Order: sequence, then C-alpha cells, then structure tokens
Amino acid sequence: MNLFSLLRIAYKALERNKLRAFLTMLGIIIGVAAVIVMVAIGQGSKQSIHDQLANMGSNMITVLPASNIAGGVRIAGSSFQTLTAKDITALQRDARFISEFSPVVTTRGQSINGALNWPTSMVGVAPEYLDIRKLTIKSGRSFTLRDELSSAKVCLIGQTVIDNLFPNGDNPVGRVIRFNRIPFQIIGVLTTKGFNAFGQDQDDILIAPISTVQNRIMATIYYQYIYASAANEQTTDSATAELTKILRGSHRLKPADENDFTVRTQQELINTLGATTSLLTILLTVIAGISLVIGGIGIMNIMYVSVTERTREIGLRLSIGARGKDILLQFLTEAILISITGGIIGVLLGLLVAKTVTLTLHWPTVVSESSVLLSFMVCALTGIFFGYYPAQKASGLNPIDALHYE
Amino acid sequence: MNKTIVTIHDLKRDFQMGGETVHALNGISFKVQAGEFITIMGSSGSGKTTLLNVMGCLDQPTSGEYLLDGTDVSSLSRDELAHLRNRKLGFVFQSYNLLPRTSAVENVELPLLYNRDISNKERRERAIHALKEVKLADRMDHTPNQLSGGQQQRVAIARALINEPVMILADEATGNLDSRTSYEIMVLMQELNVKKGKTIVFVTHEPDIASFSSRTISLRDGRIQSDTVNDHPRSAKQVLAAMPVTSNEIKNEPV
Repeated sequence: MNLFSLLRIAYKALERNKLRAFLTMLGIIIGVAAVIVMVAIGQGSKQSIHDQLANMGSNMITVLPASNIAGGVRIAGSSFQTLTAKDITALQRDARFISEFSPVVTTRGQSINGALNWPTSMVGVAPEYLDIRKLTIKSGRSFTLRDELSSAKVCLIGQTVIDNLFPNGDNPVGRVIRFNRIPFQIIGVLTTKGFNAFGQDQDDILIAPISTVQNRIMATIYYQYIYASAANEQTTDSATAELTKILRGSHRLKPADENDFTVRTQQELINTLGATTSLLTILLTVIAGISLVIGGIGIMNIMYVSVTERTREIGLRLSIGARGKDILLQFLTEAILISITGGIIGVLLGLLVAKTVTLTLHWPTVVSESSVLLSFMVCALTGIFFGYYPAQKASGLNPIDALHYE
Repeated sequence: MNKTIVTIHDLKRDFQMGGETVHALNGISFKVQAGEFITIMGSSGSGKTTLLNVMGCLDQPTSGEYLLDGTDVSSLSRDELAHLRNRKLGFVFQSYNLLPRTSAVENVELPLLYNRDISNKERRERAIHALKEVKLADRMDHTPNQLSGGQQQRVAIARALINEPVMILADEATGNLDSRTSYEIMVLMQELNVKKGKTIVFVTHEPDIASFSSRTISLRDGRIQSDTVNDHPRSAKQVLAAMPVTSNEIKNEPV
C-alpha cells in the first residue's frame, strides 16, 4: 500500500467523522498555538528589553565611584569621591578603544516657570553625553565647550518637563526657567525617548553643562559617574580593560589595591535581564507544552474509540488481505494526520494570536522560527507516540473475532 | 476445468472452552474442483462457519491437511495468510461489511489497495469492471446507505471478484435478505459460476438456497454427514421469474 493510498484512506476515515476529528485536533491546535504565542511573548519582551538597552547605548560603559566588591557598611562616604577631572584628563590623553566619554552628576530639584513647577532631575554632563546616551536635539541647539568653560546657565529640556512647565504648547527654546533658585535659559529640546526598561521616564530631565551643575548647584569637584562609549559593541571588553587601567593609573593604585571604582557595561545588564526573560520564556513554554501533551492524550483516547468502533472494518480489511502492518500504518497515519493538521492550524492560529496581542495589547512579540518548528515537530511526534498504541491494538486483532464483533 | 483447487484431508479444529476441548471440526476430508458451486449446509454448531474460516485462511486447523491451489496453508505465518487471502480468495459476508460513507467503487477497490502490483489506474478500472459484472454500473458513486440490501450485497460480491480469486467464499450471503432479493443474488452467483467459471463455496442453512448449487456438503457435529452432487441444479433465474411481482418491489429493486 503506497503512501498516497494511506493518506487518502486516513483522510476518508477522518472525513466520516468531521466534528470528532476537529475536536480531537482542537487539543493539538490549542497546544501548538499556546507554545508559539508564549514563546513569541517571551522572545518579544526579551527583544524589547534588548532594544531599549541598545537605545540607551549598548556599547555604553558606566564607571561608578567606589568598589562594588566592598559591601555594606564598609563603604565609607569618601569612597564615593574618587572620580575627578584628573580622570577625564587621563582618559583624554590615553584612551584608544574608548570613543567618547562624559562625566556625570545628577541632582533632583524643583523646576519653576512662573506659577508652574515640577520636580525633576538635572544632569550635569559634557556635550558627548548626548552621543553616548543616543539623545538627540529636536529643536534649538546643544551646549558647547564654551558654555561648559563659563559654567553657563543654559539647559536642554525633556518633553515631560515641557508638558508640565509649558502646558499651553509655547516654544520653550529661549525661555528662562528656574531650577531651584537658579535661572536657566532653555537652549534646546530633547527628542522624546519614552520609558526605559525599568519604567523610568527618560524625558523627565534637564541637561546642563557639568561645570554649571557642579559649581552653581552642587558645589562639588567630584563626579557621580563617568559614562564612556566603546567604539562598537565588540570592543566593549577592550574598552573596559583600558578604562580600568587608565583610572587605576590616575588614581595611583598599587597593583595589590582593589579598584576604588566600578566599571559596568550595558552588556552585563542585557545578559542579566536576558537570563530573567529566558527563564520566563521557558516557564511559559513548559506550561504550553503540557497542553500539547494533553492534546496528545486526546488523540490517543479518540483513536482507541475509533479502533473499537471500527473493529468490523478492521476485520474486513484483514480478511481481504491487509497485513497487521497495513492496519497499524493506517491507524498511525490517521493519528499523525490529525496531529499534523492540528499542528498546521495551530501554527497559523499562533501567528494570528501573536499578531493580535501586538496590535491590541501592544505587547511586543517575536515569533521565532525555532518555536514554530519545534512545536510542529513535537505535535507530529505526539501523533506517532499517542497513535501507536491504539494502532498496535488494531493490528493485533484476530480477523474472525473482529468480523463478528458487535 | 478439472483442476483441484482445494484438498482437505482429515481436518481437525479444536477449541478450548473453559478446560474442555470442543471438536468443532472432527476429521473432514473433501476436494473442490475448479468451477464447482458448493453449498455447505448444517445446523448451528455443526462446524460450517469454522470450516469456512479455515478454508478462508482466517483460521488454521489444529491438525490435518489443507492445500489451497497447491499451497499448504497450515505452515504459513499471519502475514503469509493475509497475502494468500488477498490473492486467492474472495469473501462475501452475511452483513455485507461495506465501509460506511464510502462509495461503491471505493469499497470494491479495497482488496487491491493491499496489492502493490496493481497501479491506481488499473485498480479503478478493475473496480468499475467488477461493478458492471454485478450490474451496478449506474451505482458506482453511491454510498452503502444509498443502496438497498441486495445492492449492497452485490457491491460486496464485486469486491470479492476484483482480485480474480480462485475461490469465492460466501458466509450466509443471503441471510439478511428477503427471498426475492436472495434469489437475485443466487442468479448472480449462478451466472458467475456458469458463465465465468468461478468456484464458489457458499455456506447456508437454507435447503432452498442449496438447491441452486451443483454440490452440497452437509455437516453435523464436525463431520461430513453427506456430500451429494446435484446434477440438475435449479435455475435461480427461472425461480425468480415465477415469483409474483408487486409494484413496491419493482420500485425498490430493479433487476
């Protein structure tokens, strides 16, 4: 009996009981669709976190004062005061793998425009900061080295602050607001960035020259961070090593000394978050996989019923010359046909649901080819596995008993 | 025409029934020549169904010899028996055993599906030819529930003919039919036997049906009670013609 005949017979048998075949398939359809959607949602959130981090600058390196090796109460207040202008000078002189860097200080305060005020953060930075953080100016201009040297009272403003201080839609460029007590002229508006992966509003920000914030607001010579940027994602490791070496040099640390600063890369963060979402994806997939197994048990159940119901047909086929193997193949083909058809419908449904989730709930989804392939293969195997025993039972029937089965 | 198809010698078939041995067939010997139309008679429990099962290679004898068309059946495996049934035998059952919701032509094709030597095209051609032989050329695409009992049995006969068997085995093939339809089936059987030279072994408990065959073997308690040659079998066609015709039957059963 050739494959075509087998498929045709199996199709005919299923066609005789359309509703039952469909209900049996439903288990597989839901299982496969669930696996695809769950993996798509898991992959989607992973991708979206990665994208957001990349948007923050995936080759960004952050230097924090104080070592993260020393924990808890051992951290002295002075250990936060290790990053200074000397480090920047050293970097300017020696860095090769680091393309850009900027010292950073931040402070919180009240921004005021006339009667309106809004609590926000002011970040003091070098002009390179915008490049490192992938920020762009929507209107107006960025500040220059001259602004920095003169500690000019100028700032860039984020959209959230504009919404609160200029609710009438006035152009803020050129206007003067106050941050705490100091007046700042707005020279540029930042392009909206939205929320980051941690739910922080990246537009709730004022950016000013570092010297202005250090001298006029915070009265400090220390930096809170140094942000640096490797030439590209691949050279992040070399850049990190280089940065560490330069800073150890400029801090005059002996080889035995611990770092008095911490270097963090965005890559680490991506990996950590990636691991979390991977775990979530695995969990969702396992749950979806269970429903696939339940679908398989449904197939087995129906195939057993089908074998019992068609005992006389089996008897007839045996008596006209079908071998046990032919009967086994026939029922196995039926089971596989159910599971594969269910699998195909399930894949299509899964793609549809993933798309719908993205469109209606705005959850990011990424349908990976491997999840489609995997769930499809699992469901084909399910058909073979759960169809085998009923088929085995059918093929072992005695033709005389089967023919006279009531 | 005088070829021996079946040689049965001292055939025994025992069944174990709760510690007790039942001799369903207790030493049976006979031969079947090509072209014979044999009816096997006997009351219930006489062993006629067991004998048919053994002759049909569905069951194997406990002891004794059974040669079917020169092949010793007793030594064959399950798969070899299946192959033998597929190539050499045609079955007609009391309850037709057609596949439901499957067209007549596809039902007829069924035995050839298990024969790898036959192409799809040839299979369909032979099925159509077999249906023509049983005069159902115009019912090819009908499913069993669209056919009357007599028509269903004719589809089953076409199915038994399609592999050109050396012997057709019929098990109470008229048992579910009214007498008129039974005679129609016997007309067909006689035609196949006389015109096409088919060998037929027909199990029945109706003496009326046996009178159409050329030889009758009567069984009793697993032994042959009588084996008589009927030199002048009745013609089923004449019997049918002599029956009174009602308008209802004409409508249901065109001859």
